[in-house]
Amino acid sequence: MTITPELIAQHQLTQGEYDKIVSLLGREPSYTELGVFSVMWSEHCSYKSSRIHLKKLPTEGKYVVQGPGENAGIIGIGGGWVVAFKIESHNHPSYIEPFQGAATGVGGILRDIFTMGARPIAVMDSLRFGPPVNSPVADRNKHILEGVVSGISHYGNCFGVPTVGGECVFEECYSANPLVNVFALGVCKADEVFFARASGIGNPVIYVGARTGRDGIHGASMASAEFTEESKQKRPNVQVGDPFLEKLLLEACVEAMKTGAIVAIQDMGAAGLTSSSCEMGSRGNVGIDLDLDKVPQRETGMTAYEMLLSESQERMLIVAAKGREEEIFAVFRKWGLEAATVGVVTDDGKLRIRHLGNVVAEIPNRALADEAPKYDRPHNVRPHRRAPLAPPEHIHFPKDLNQALRKLVASPDLCSKRWIWEQYDYQVRTNTIVGPGSDAAVVRVKETDTSIAMSLDGNGRYCYLDPREGAKLAVAECCRNLATTGALPVAATNNLNFGNPERPEIMAQLVEAVEGIAEACAHFETPITGGNVSLYNETLGEGIYPTPVLGIIGVMKTAVPAPVRFPHTDLTLVLLGGLGSTHSLRFGATQYAKVVLNELWGLPPHLDMAYEKRVHEAMREVAERGLAQSAHDLSDGGLAVALSESCTNEIGARVTITPAERVEFTLFGEAPSRILISTWDAAQIEEIALRHDVECLTIGVTITERLQIGDESEMWIDLATSELRQQFENSLPRLFQTPHAQ
Amino acid sequence: MKVGVIVFPGSNCDHDAWYAINRNLHGGLHGSAEFIWHQSADLGGVDAVMLPGGFSYGDYLRCGAIARFSPVMAAVKKFAASGGLVLGVCNGFQILVEAGLLPGALLRNENLKFVCREVALRTETSHSPFTSKLSKGQVLHIPVAHGEGRYFADERTLDELEAEDRVAFRYVDNPNGSLRDIAGILNKERNVMGMMPHPERACDSLMGSTEGLAIFQSMLSAVPALTK
Repeated sequence: MTITPELIAQHQLTQGEYDKIVSLLGREPSYTELGVFSVMWSEHCSYKSSRIHLKKLPTEGKYVVQGPGENAGIIGIGGGWVVAFKIESHNHPSYIEPFQGAATGVGGILRDIFTMGARPIAVMDSLRFGPPVNSPVADRNKHILEGVVSGISHYGNCFGVPTVGGECVFEECYSANPLVNVFALGVCKADEVFFARASGIGNPVIYVGARTGRDGIHGASMASAEFTEESKQKRPNVQVGDPFLEKLLLEACVEAMKTGAIVAIQDMGAAGLTSSSCEMGSRGNVGIDLDLDKVPQRETGMTAYEMLLSESQERMLIVAAKGREEEIFAVFRKWGLEAATVGVVTDDGKLRIRHLGNVVAEIPNRALADEAPKYDRPHNVRPHRRAPLAPPEHIHFPKDLNQALRKLVASPDLCSKRWIWEQYDYQVRTNTIVGPGSDAAVVRVKETDTSIAMSLDGNGRYCYLDPREGAKLAVAECCRNLATTGALPVAATNNLNFGNPERPEIMAQLVEAVEGIAEACAHFETPITGGNVSLYNETLGEGIYPTPVLGIIGVMKTAVPAPVRFPHTDLTLVLLGGLGSTHSLRFGATQYAKVVLNELWGLPPHLDMAYEKRVHEAMREVAERGLAQSAHDLSDGGLAVALSESCTNEIGARVTITPAERVEFTLFGEAPSRILISTWDAAQIEEIALRHDVECLTIGVTITERLQIGDESEMWIDLATSELRQQFENSLPRLFQTPHAQ
Repeated sequence: MKVGVIVFPGSNCDHDAWYAINRNLHGGLHGSAEFIWHQSADLGGVDAVMLPGGFSYGDYLRCGAIARFSPVMAAVKKFAASGGLVLGVCNGFQILVEAGLLPGALLRNENLKFVCREVALRTETSHSPFTSKLSKGQVLHIPVAHGEGRYFADERTLDELEAEDRVAFRYVDNPNGSLRDIAGILNKERNVMGMMPHPERACDSLMGSTEGLAIFQSMLSAVPALTK
């Protein structure tokens, strides 16, 4: 077949990129080779628009065992154990086919973890959808959410990994570009980590797991294009997941790894056979010969092109020690899985593909895996934003603050997500000390006395107003969440969700956000050990808010941390970090501005990173000394919402404060660096705060059955806790029309 | 007491059961658990058998419908017929029902959604080797995690279960639409029990509840001759 400009364009390659292929090969590529290049050089696989900026991220630290470049990052947790973790997006497939898109997103990241030798013990999800109410496409948004949630539930529950937390936020900009970012974490012994680095000339290459079919062909290039009206025609590009098969694959891989016969192993994710073989070859500086006739196939008559680009799920590629193949085959037979020798490691550094007796592709591994184009896309413009800087001239602040608070706690962003997380098995493997619905999830590592705290955070509104500050605030919030449970943040992973990088004002958002993350991760000593970039989140020219999502993990001694909710009455309430302040310029990003005023303006909250870090240090000391009866960080919705979330049906609070600004700013401002603590011993907490040079303000006491907030003369909020809880808990079930069962 | 935890392809609460029995039950002094692969034809001299939760064979057909044909199930049936203690939890309960060791069926939850939640269970009988350490009416807090846990049987069977004191546990607040709030039942001989809630998840204070331990402790006291 002749390669025409049309064919090149269909493969989403530019003429320049095509010329580079020709010069790397020293000849015109075959059709099959063109297909292989097109996926490996897609934005999804090559990070061609983001690579030069990702270099700015800090990647080293004393806990880091493996930074970016492998299937997942690895962190030492002491006692001879490590954890592997990473976040990955499955945004585009989840829009086209929500259930399978989300399910295979979970499957993909789980394989990234267990390919390193680590057994997955926790999953979290960061989700973004269009609003389920007050949107022209509310019904479709709800349909997408229901599909995504049941896809995650289906895959994670059956595989047997607990989904322990996450976040779910709604904005109109996600209506046609939902975000599904899945984080997974696994554990293994430090000396039993596996890498995806092929070695040993003559070693066999073994294919294990599901058979190859025609599903998901060009999935990676689909994820690198904007959506158009025709996108829905791409449904066959979405893969179908089989969590049962993945569970067997996990058990078989873990068992096969123990034989010592595995040299290298990598899962087949995007671009399946192609990426796993050329990446393993490139990392090990060796060549790989594959004979496609030996690949287990689900369909007949598949071409080399189809097999190489298939994204059939639940497959792995193993480089075994020569002569020990049978040990591996025996394990896979036991688990009822297919395994076949499909190739061999060679010394010429090339990926050579044979099909029906012919060599159909012959490409240097490095050309595919490492020599993809790298673009410094123009970004010297102001990041895209349409929101005004100044507050609207006539803001109508409703008088009834009780009603404002009711509205806020029941709003889709702030309300309880129980309706979602009860569909996930968040306990399987019996490690979940703190599950969904708290600031951070905490999962114990049974073999040690250490537990891992983890948190996901991203705020598109903040980042839209200022990508750099918004990104820093996400890092700060994750670390604050961890500190609230008493954990020390040690490492991070990030998922960068943005629009079309070929637009300078979008590229500027990306660059600003990456630099913000770099600065904050360096400051909070949480190096980035891996992650994912998802670009082209645009439909018909409309992009999403810039949405970097951070996943940060921390370590702590295994113990039950203080809960979010007040356990008793008569406890003293303190605000570690102080009341904070909110200028009107910085009130436009708040949930109050969104939910009550329906406005967006100004800048995100002001963050002082040095102060923030001192608050975390003070909090960890408070936790360590067991002084907190409850602890909850202030974030979306501010003080009044944090207080509401800490109330139970029976226990509320009486809070007296003296605002230096508009009451709404004090109640609903979202200044960072603040943690609400209930305690028997405020004096000791004050002493700790003083030593760490942070404010600590006593604001009230816990009481029965009411939440009351006011100053000396006036009560602004006075609500029954049972009513608040009802608003908080019933909102999602009402939207999705299933009455809350409790 | 040596408990054989059966491992089907797709079992995923097998490690949890193992851990609860080996580590949480009296600090491991009295209970010990070992795994039994689904293709084993014999149980290797265990004192009790536990069928754990999970998705045996993916549960793509009807939950437990394929697992019941596993070679090990013939041995489990023989063991049960000879009076051995058999506990099925969640998917294990579904398998026991499919295997005909317990009556009825477990249908999809009433709201068609998976539910993971701590529930309150009322003990309905202490006359069984699984509940002897509990008193009738005692409430336990134990989690459920299932998509198909709605207990169903015809009226006659339900009446019979009640008349013969074979309802072991009922939900205080029914999470799945089970008929007569049934959460766990016994066979006629009272040596086989199936329940949807997961007692192995409620054996460690770190997990928020230790109220599931009483079920294992009851089993322990039922095999005193073998307890050291």
